[in-house]
Amino acid sequence: MSDTHAQTVAYVRDSMLPEKPPPIAEKGAIKWLRENLFSGWLNTALTVLSLLAVWYALMAIGPWLLNTVWNAQSLRECREVLDGASGACFAVIKDRWHQLLFGFYPPQHYWRPVLTLVLMFVALAPVLFSQVPRKMLGFSALYPFVAYHLLWGGSIWLPVSVILGFVLGYVAYRLLARFAPLIAIAGAILVPVIWWIMFAAGFTSAMTSVAPIGLDFIRSDRFGGFLISLVIGVSGISLSLPIGVLLALGRQSDMVFVKSVCVMVIEFIRGVPLITLLFTASLLLNYFLPPGTAFDLILRVIIMVTLFASAYMAEVIRGGLAALPKGQYEAADALGLDYWKAQRLIIMPQALKISIPGIVNTFIGLFKDTTLVVFIGLLDPIGLSNAIRADTDWNGIYWELFIFIGALFFIFCFGMSRYSMYLERKLKTDHK
Amino acid sequence: MTEPTIELPVDREIDTSKMKVSDAVAIQITGMNKWFGTFHVLRDINMTVNSGERIVVCGPSGSGKSTLIRCINRLEEHQSGQIIVDGTELTGDLKNIDKVRSEVGMVFQHFNLFPHLTILENCTLAPIWVRKVPKKEAEEIAMHFLEKVKIPEQALKYPGQLSGGQQQRVAIARSLCMKPRIMLFDEPTSALDPEMIKEVLDTMIALAEEGMTMLCVTHEMGFAQAVANRVIFMDQGQIVEQNEPREFFNNPKSERTKLFLSQILGH
Repeated sequence: MSDTHAQTVAYVRDSMLPEKPPPIAEKGAIKWLRENLFSGWLNTALTVLSLLAVWYALMAIGPWLLNTVWNAQSLRECREVLDGASGACFAVIKDRWHQLLFGFYPPQHYWRPVLTLVLMFVALAPVLFSQVPRKMLGFSALYPFVAYHLLWGGSIWLPVSVILGFVLGYVAYRLLARFAPLIAIAGAILVPVIWWIMFAAGFTSAMTSVAPIGLDFIRSDRFGGFLISLVIGVSGISLSLPIGVLLALGRQSDMVFVKSVCVMVIEFIRGVPLITLLFTASLLLNYFLPPGTAFDLILRVIIMVTLFASAYMAEVIRGGLAALPKGQYEAADALGLDYWKAQRLIIMPQALKISIPGIVNTFIGLFKDTTLVVFIGLLDPIGLSNAIRADTDWNGIYWELFIFIGALFFIFCFGMSRYSMYLERKLKTDHK
Repeated sequence: MTEPTIELPVDREIDTSKMKVSDAVAIQITGMNKWFGTFHVLRDINMTVNSGERIVVCGPSGSGKSTLIRCINRLEEHQSGQIIVDGTELTGDLKNIDKVRSEVGMVFQHFNLFPHLTILENCTLAPIWVRKVPKKEAEEIAMHFLEKVKIPEQALKYPGQLSGGQQQRVAIARSLCMKPRIMLFDEPTSALDPEMIKEVLDTMIALAEEGMTMLCVTHEMGFAQAVANRVIFMDQGQIVEQNEPREFFNNPKSERTKLFLSQILGH
């Protein structure tokens, strides 16, 4: 005892110890197996049980999947081929895949939605990946108009007149900016609105009579299948984020009027089931609009789905804002950044980063919720699966259709999930 | 009372050749009051800061010293009285506030660097977006000040990769990039380990040596002794005593000051 004490009181290390590799059992696959699968008797028992469960599931589904009939004209034919054995009848997908994807979109025009989808990835690339040249953002801004014209067609002058409205708004902002920012913003909003209400229709019909350019017009009721899910989902996703950001900022605003409007919008929309909003869109909205306005059903659904997702988005982003330390706001203020610059450069990049899991959660939820439009008579994939079953050829087929539809949704949702994880890793700068 | 011992924070000689107080008024506060709800946190503050002054504000916690300097760049709003910074009065007018803020640099206790931006981006952000300096020029200015605070090699790292002392020096450089006329320090060393306090004080002393107008809330009495031309002692929201440092430390007048000094200087 006294010896030890004597040592600890005066002790000088004369050589530093070199680094040594860990023992064999502490590295590689052996360590992983021991720590994760067989760390104790309970863990070992669970591992064995899980393996058994996976085995039985595979035994039950495997033969059914492997024994697939791809060539048949009806469920009856499938059953004849199978001759009593258990097996899937994916012939229905081979027979009807085009309906599940495009609904009743005219087959000679299938290239249009396909091209829209391909261009969507081109437009998304610069938004999603910072390595892509920034110049391509110009195409991303133009994409909604291109997509609209490709999908619905009609006179090309309609989207052009809408774009002109935005251009006029920008010009008005530029010209008025030298007077006062508030006047410039008012001009940037009023000029395009006046253009769209008063002159856009005249411009479109005049230009169409002079130069009738454009693709064949396709009515909204021909849209269906996965096409409709993508149109509603992608529009809803890309609109709900900016609207959600504005609602979240509005809810934090010091201005009582702005704040209470935002709170009311958020609370009202969150408090109502989506299906109610969809019924409102399909049935009630026409009563409130001026008589004679033919307001496209898909457009109405997009508006409702967007509002619904925006309210959730606003709350998700508010969570991100609340997680930011007050010091960040103060540092931005102290450097002389005004409100919008501080939001754009300091606050939002961090708040959005914190909210990524919640944002993507809302996106995925919105995308899957698009299947609810089946209740207001739009033929999304679920609606079409009913339509396909209504045919005597395929009466009674469920699993194969739902597996196919599920797989389509899974690809997109899983893609979003993986992208969000990539983004979180990329934006991780705190080195915790 | 025995003569208190105050250690100088640096071992070198301090160059006082450029530490000159001019007649020009940098900050003028008259009859200023501030309340947090019903709590009267600042009571009838009157003070004038001339260009080139180096003022240390001290006092017990809750005495309102941080609130006072936060009022100078309007991080806190005062309810009555007048604050004029560099000829601009602070009112509800946002333009004036942004003008004052771009002229007045501030260093916080918890650094408040932007964690999503690199050190260089932290320093160039405000010059680019507030002063409209071209990016390349802003980067040159930033590197100049990062060299001044002796961490140019960290420019491309993120704040999370730096030690506390280094982060605080970056925060000082970030403020300097705006070429401020006045610097406010809100307990810049209180969140740091002793080893790091020295490097930050060293940077602040170098800044004082260049003639910067500085207002520092700090308990580093060695720093006050070495560079301040005036020490202000606050208690219960009021300025209780102010004097030049030697007199302040050796010959405090008010009982409150004597008690405070005996507590923080040790016996």
